Amino acid sequence: MLQPLRIQGTDDTPTVILDPNPDSPHFEVSGRSLPEDVVAFYEPILEWLDEYAKNPLDKTVFDFKLEYFNTASSKLLLDILLKLEDMYDDGHDVLVRWHYPEDDEDMQEAGEEYADIVEVPFEQVPYQID
Amino acid sequence: MDQALKNNHSALEFVYEFYLKMKKSSISLAYEGEITHQITKAFTALAESSMQREQDYTTVQKKVFHVMVECLQNVSKHAERDFNYYSSKDGRGIFLISKDEKEYNVTTGNIIRNDKVESLRELLEKINSMSKEDLTKLYKQQIKEGRLSPKGGAGLGFIDIARKTGQKLIYSFLRIDDENSFFVLTSTIPRVKS
Repeated sequence: MLQPLRIQGTDDTPTVILDPNPDSPHFEVSGRSLPEDVVAFYEPILEWLDEYAKNPLDKTVFDFKLEYFNTASSKLLLDILLKLEDMYDDGHDVLVRWHYPEDDEDMQEAGEEYADIVEVPFEQVPYQID
Repeated sequence: MDQALKNNHSALEFVYEFYLKMKKSSISLAYEGEITHQITKAFTALAESSMQREQDYTTVQKKVFHVMVECLQNVSKHAERDFNYYSSKDGRGIFLISKDEKEYNVTTGNIIRNDKVESLRELLEKINSMSKEDLTKLYKQQIKEGRLSPKGGAGLGFIDIARKTGQKLIYSFLRIDDENSFFVLTSTIPRVKS
């Protein structure tokens, strides 16, 4: 079985959890994304998804819960979404959940734009910050 | 007066005048040097805590943070490196933040080659002529079709600054010599809830 990929978030890189355990699957990118080298950071994630796409779970629910990402990261986030779109096109059940703070219009709009660009079931999920 | 003392005195005058000018133009941060990733992180953290203290709206704080990141990364990735300084991987430039009751201004200045001036000027003119809707269309087109540059730039920074601030970009090019120009860019973020 494909080993889970877990990356602990920092003040400039997001937390990444890619865990295909059938009993408790968990796919998440959350936090802040402005890595010094975006390509180096996202490459292992995209490679992991390529492997996963060969034999995915019946249903893949992918959560994005980002506080902030820079424009360089936005391109790589799209690359993740395009991989999920490919899985969906291949007949797999995929759901993207885009979480945004309820008062953050820019993050909400970013989700709406991604939902326009990729053809994959996409849910917008506002949340409250305490 | 001996020379050392004179030099000392003019240094003092320079620093004091600089201080007065900064106060007068409400500059809260001024920096000249290499723009590394560490510098970007330090300046954004500094601005964040100062905005929290001043209780700016969260949306304003996020926009200022975003504009700072994009502007600093632009200098770091695109500024010419070989102007009187040792070469290094990070671009060098000047970075200023000023604020008054109404707005924040984020300014960068850096050297660029003359042969890059026209295309940059055209891009900035185009962005400034566009509505928010058109900017969003351009952003979507660029994110789909654009490729990351070897330096990790997505070609999205200026477009995103313009649409997120809702303000025109203020820019100018000062010709230094046959090779280089000095490029100054100011982005304005209103301190109101949008």
